[in-house]
Amino acid sequence: MKSLIKSGVNVVDSHVNDKKDEDWSFIRKMMLGLHFGQYLGQALRNPFNWILGVIFAIGLPLIAYRFLFGLSVVTHASNDYPWGLFLGFGLFAMVPLSASGFMLGTTVEIFGRHDFEPVERLALLNGLLGYLFAVIYLLVDLGQPWRLPYPMVVSFGPAAVLFLVAWHVATYLSVQVAEVSVAFFEWIGWLGGKRFIRRIAIGLTVSGIILSTLHQGALGALFCYAPGKVHPLWFSASFQWIHFFCSSIPAGLCMVIAVSTIIKKTMAWRCDDNFLDNLDRCTLGLAKGASLALITYLVIKIIGIAHDNEWAYLATGWGAWFLFEMAVGVVLPIILFGYAIRHKIVGMARVGAFITVFGIVLNRLNTALITFNWQLYQEVPHIFEVIIAVTIFAIYVVVYRFILYRLPILYTWKAEPEAAFAADAAKATPVRMTTPAVEAVYRKID
Amino acid sequence: MSGISRRRFLAASVAGCAATTLAGPKKALAAGAFTGYSDSMGVLVDLTRCIGCRSCEAACNKEQALPAPDRPFNDMSIFDETFHGGTQKRRPDENAYTVVNRYEPEGSDEPIYRKVQCNHCNEPACLTSCFVNAYTKTQEGAVIYNNKVCVGCRNCMIACPFNVPGYSYSSAFDPIVKKCIFCHDTRLKNGLPPACVDICPQEALTFGMRKDLLKIGNQRIQTHPGRYVDHIYGEKELGGTSWMYLSSAPFDEVGFDANVSNEPIINNVKDFLGTVPMVLAIWPAMFTGFHLLAKKQAGHDNHDEKVEEQHGEEGGEQ
Ligand code: SF4
Ligand code: SF4
Ligand code: SF4
Repeated sequence: MKSLIKSGVNVVDSHVNDKKDEDWSFIRKMMLGLHFGQYLGQALRNPFNWILGVIFAIGLPLIAYRFLFGLSVVTHASNDYPWGLFLGFGLFAMVPLSASGFMLGTTVEIFGRHDFEPVERLALLNGLLGYLFAVIYLLVDLGQPWRLPYPMVVSFGPAAVLFLVAWHVATYLSVQVAEVSVAFFEWIGWLGGKRFIRRIAIGLTVSGIILSTLHQGALGALFCYAPGKVHPLWFSASFQWIHFFCSSIPAGLCMVIAVSTIIKKTMAWRCDDNFLDNLDRCTLGLAKGASLALITYLVIKIIGIAHDNEWAYLATGWGAWFLFEMAVGVVLPIILFGYAIRHKIVGMARVGAFITVFGIVLNRLNTALITFNWQLYQEVPHIFEVIIAVTIFAIYVVVYRFILYRLPILYTWKAEPEAAFAADAAKATPVRMTTPAVEAVYRKID
Repeated sequence: MSGISRRRFLAASVAGCAATTLAGPKKALAAGAFTGYSDSMGVLVDLTRCIGCRSCEAACNKEQALPAPDRPFNDMSIFDETFHGGTQKRRPDENAYTVVNRYEPEGSDEPIYRKVQCNHCNEPACLTSCFVNAYTKTQEGAVIYNNKVCVGCRNCMIACPFNVPGYSYSSAFDPIVKKCIFCHDTRLKNGLPPACVDICPQEALTFGMRKDLLKIGNQRIQTHPGRYVDHIYGEKELGGTSWMYLSSAPFDEVGFDANVSNEPIINNVKDFLGTVPMVLAIWPAMFTGFHLLAKKQAGHDNHDEKVEEQHGEEGGEQ
């Protein structure tokens, strides 16, 4: 892509045809303004695509295998560990990592911190995709996935925490679709839809906060059904939902930092100056939020131990593992963030964010899988289960990238052809329209 | 600006209210915790009488039309089978609703056999955790399961404190939960004892009204001092169960989890369920309030406009 831009290709970022010789059709937008050959060429040149290809070549047949022959052929079909990697990672880790949508929505829309706007759309998209793929992991794991809508329409178990999760994740997914659709409407050029969403943005954001608080917490509360099975250090009957909710905040924020770091390294051509120039500042801002949340999380974790008087467990092997999780996943990032913020070292904040993401994933795996049934035996997931989990994650990455390439998430869609946005259009047209390629080249150089 | 804000506030409040009403019935139902039927039936399992003949396993297999076992029911070497590095004994699964395990606790010269099956809890964890309400605690005391609505999330298996439900993972198109149903359809409903109880040659299993079984159990403990541990497992455990046990060895030495609390599992979750309506009621107003505050401040130093300009964001905030 970089080399194509250098050679003067304009990437689609507006409805206005500056070349006048081709149609700005849907296809053109899909192909990023490249010719078919160019598109294919850049895709093939990217070594990452080859890795993805290998993963899909192995993983997709395995997914088909699972659906044709049942869960027992790809998992250990364990009655003691009913939830394996698909839920332990796919549901319990993906959902907190996707808390970014509501976090940034709140920051920007509710608290009016418009200085975070450059990353808001990325955060919303990250939230939407994370939830979507959590549901996909769930579909792979469910015994009878075609019955997924049952809790909504056929039979209700309203006293169940999972009932709450199902309803809230479903509702929240629609809320997030609405939030992200702004970018989609810009892209297809339907401004009516966009204006409508902008008008209900506050309502959407507030419902997003409510739903997120509840289902992030509810995922934790699910483990309250298994008080004897999860190791006491990872379990707290009264605080489990607060632990999960609270840790989802740094998880979501750090996921945005992590994703934006990857984007900056690999996809800078797609970002506009607004994104790139503000990213460092936003990163530090997010890091500040994340470190506050991590400190809170650390404190309530300690309160959780004190409340149930679990100090003795710390001296056991599990205790060492717990201390490792806390030291690496929580304390280390707090120190890194603190240092990074004080000395404005963005790179360090980024490292901290990656570590936090790792820490949260570890925490969820510990709760759902590793310390689960600590009094029985340790389950090691089936190799096929691991491959399928990786494959779905790869699909997630591909979809993520597909959208980032196209929709105005990282860049601002230019030249709105409508009077309501005339000011904008006026601003954008003269400056940007003529020189995006040149700009992109500059960006590459510096 | 304030006009728009007010309108937004209203919209947000309406959304909040809608959400609250939606959650209303949820809470109401959640609060009505279930405490079991007073006249429910049960079974008292006396481990001192069980000789490990496995007839109950065979009877259950036949009654519930389960697949033929890999090894015949008279093959006693099955007691030597262990799993997962010798840490686990057999457990009920999709092919067997009940299994008998052998234990050799210290200080007892005879081995002790224990039959495992669903205990038919008074407040079943499986029932309360299921989000499609696939389980029912019947008046007779059985916890039965409706495979027509089960989605296969397996939360019930996570929740069951006795690790009872099994799942037919091997089925691709109709996997369901498989567990002992107290022979509800074929026997209990008609007032008959379950197949396993019927066949037991030792009368190790006593079928009867739960409250009577408690009396019988206590009587046995009293009339044979030194023979039993002074405890009926299942009387209080996790809110009480329909199937209960008497043992001569400490319960934790014969495969029972002696650390379970007497609170039903659902009580652990009530803390969280209680906060749900709170969040639904308070959050909308609180965050919309924050928003209005933030707006006001922003208005003062023209923060919004500045940022809008600098970002070229068409946000539509104004
Ligand atoms: S023993 Fe387990 S499966 Fe049986 S009723 Fe109790 S919770 Fe449900
Ligand atoms: S596996 Fe079936 S019965 Fe068990 S909780 Fe899920 S839906 Fe209910
Ligand atoms: S009660 Fe019926 S289903 Fe349950 S173990 Fe006995 S024979 Fe099997």
